Amino acid sequence: MSRRKMFLKMVTASLLRRRSRMLIALLSIAIGATILSGLVTIYYDVPRQMGAQFRGYGANMILVPSGEEKMTVEKAQECLTVIPKDQLLGATPYRYVNVEMTSRQRTFVAAATDFEQVQSTSPYFAVEGRWPEGDREVLVGKETAETIGVKLNNVIELSYKPEDTYVKNTLNMTVVGILETGGDEEAYIFTTLKAMDALTGVSGQLDVMEMSVSAASEELENYAAEISENNSDMSARLVKRVTKSETTVLAKLQSLVFLVTAVVLLLTMICVSTTMMAVVSERRKEIGLRKALGASDQSIRAEFLGEGMFLGLLGGILGTALGFAFAQVVSVNVFGSSITFQPLLLPITVIVSMGIAALSCLLPIRRAVEIDPALVLKGE
Amino acid sequence: MSLLELKNISKIYGELKALDNVNIKVEKGEWVAIMGPSGSGKSTMMNIIGCMDKPSLGEVLLDGVDISKESSKKLTEIRRDKIGLIFQQFHMVNYLTAVENVMVSQYYHSMPDEEEALEALGRVGLRERAKHLPSQLSGGEQQRVCVARALINAPELILADEPTGNLDEANENIVLDLFRQLHREGTTLIVVTHDPEVAEAAQRTIVLEHGRVAREIINENFQE
Repeated sequence: MSRRKMFLKMVTASLLRRRSRMLIALLSIAIGATILSGLVTIYYDVPRQMGAQFRGYGANMILVPSGEEKMTVEKAQECLTVIPKDQLLGATPYRYVNVEMTSRQRTFVAAATDFEQVQSTSPYFAVEGRWPEGDREVLVGKETAETIGVKLNNVIELSYKPEDTYVKNTLNMTVVGILETGGDEEAYIFTTLKAMDALTGVSGQLDVMEMSVSAASEELENYAAEISENNSDMSARLVKRVTKSETTVLAKLQSLVFLVTAVVLLLTMICVSTTMMAVVSERRKEIGLRKALGASDQSIRAEFLGEGMFLGLLGGILGTALGFAFAQVVSVNVFGSSITFQPLLLPITVIVSMGIAALSCLLPIRRAVEIDPALVLKGE
Repeated sequence: MSLLELKNISKIYGELKALDNVNIKVEKGEWVAIMGPSGSGKSTMMNIIGCMDKPSLGEVLLDGVDISKESSKKLTEIRRDKIGLIFQQFHMVNYLTAVENVMVSQYYHSMPDEEEALEALGRVGLRERAKHLPSQLSGGEQQRVCVARALINAPELILADEPTGNLDEANENIVLDLFRQLHREGTTLIVVTHDPEVAEAAQRTIVLEHGRVAREIINENFQE
C-alpha cells in the first residue's frame, strides 16, 4: 500500500468511523456551503429576476428621430437588429397625430401603435373591456373617456384634415377598451398604425419606438451608443428613471447578499474551528501516540488538514445541492419564477468550502502539533 | 560499544532532581528491567531513553551517538528509526483496525505494507483478528497488537512502559513469551515495571530510588 493510500485511509476512517463529532463539523460546513451556494445563485440570478420585474415598469430604451424628420418603420426595425433577439422583449412603435372627434368638435391626441407589442413593453397598461383586434377598434384613455362621456362599445367618428387638402378624412371607430395607466396615456386615443395611415393618408411614419430590453444598464448604454453611431438621423436613449432605479436596487441587493454570505462564512469558520478544537482535545492521546510512533509535525498537520479538507469536500457537495434547493425556494417565493442550475457553482462552492475548512483547521492544528508525545506514557 | 549509554544524566525541574547523576549501559541484545517506586524517576528516564525529553545534564549515547542535545525534530526521527514503544494502556488508534494500527507505524517509518503487518500480527497470534477494531479486542489482544506495532519496523531497541500493568496473568505470560522470543532474535529490550515477576524475566534489573540508581540485580535464573 502506498503512503498516499494509507493517508487517505486514515483520513476517511477518522471521519467515517468517528461519526458523531465529525457530523457536527460536516453539518456546519454543509450549512455554510448551502448559504454560500444559495446566495451566490441568487446573487447571479437577481439581475435576471429583477430585470424581469423591472420590465414590468415599462420600456427602458426609446428610439427617436434626431432631427425634425419623422422616422420610418423600416428604418426603426433596422436599428433594432443591434439588440440580440433574446434580449429584446418588445419594441412598440408610436405615431402621434392630433385628430378631431366630430361629434364633440374637440381635438385629441391619437396614438397609433401595435397593440401586441404594447402589452410586452407596457405590461402595466390596464384595459377595461378588451384590447383592439381590428383596424376599426380603438382604446380610449380613461381621462378622455370621462371628458367626452364615451363608454365601451360606443362608436366614435375621428377626422383628420391633411395640410394640403380641404377635405377631412373620417373614420368610424368602435371603443372596445378604456385604458387606465395613471399617466399621460389616459388623455390619448389609441388606434392601430394601419387605421392612422388610412386617416392621415400618410403611411410608414413613426415618432418614437419604445423598447423593453433585458440587459444591465451598461449593456443598454452600449446598444444605445451603437444605434446612435450607426444612424445619424436616429437617436437611442435610455429611460433613466427605469434603468437608474434598476441599477441602484440591484447594487444594493447584491451588496446585501455579499454581506450575508461573508457573515455566514465567518460563522461557519468559527463553528468548524471550535468543533475541530474539541476534536483535537478529544484526540490528544491519539495525537500523542502518533508523535510517539514517529509522526513529524508535518505529518500531524497534513492529517488534520486532510480531514478538514475532506469535510470541506463533502460539505461543499452537500451544500451545493441544498443551496440550489434553497435558492429555488427563495426564487419561487420572492420572484415567482424558477432558476436554472449553474454547473460552475459546484466547483466554486466545493473549493470555497475546502478553503474555509482548511482555514478553520489552522488553530486546532497548531494545538495538535504542540501536544507532547510523552503523555501516552504512564497512562496520563 | 553499548547500544545505549546514559552518562551522568540529571533532569532538574526547579528545585527537584527527577534524575540525579544516573549512569546506565545497555548492551545490544540485552534485556533490562527498570524498577522503582513512584517518583523514583522511571518515567523521566523512560522519556529520555524514548527520545521524548532531553536531560538537563549529561550525555545519552545511542549507538555511540550523543542525542542529548538534538532538536525535537531530530529526536522524532531517531525514535521513529531506532525505537519501538509499548505502553501500559496499549494506546491504539481507536478508529483503525488492528492491521491498520500496525501499518500506522510503518507509515511514519517508511512504507505501509499490509502483508508485512499481517505477518507481524501472525507473530503475536492475532492474524485472524487483523480486521477488528480495538473496541472488538480484549486488553491482552490490544497489547499484543502493540507489540506487533513496536516490532514492525525492526527497531534496535524496544522500550516497554509497564507492558503488563493492565493485563491478567494469562495475557502477561503471553506478552513475556513474546519478549523472550524477541530477545532470542537479538532485539534489545528495556522494560519499565512495578511487577517483580516481569522484572525477573529480564537478564538484569536496575532499581531506581530518588532519581538515582540504587542497585543493579543480575538475574541468575534468566531463561533464554
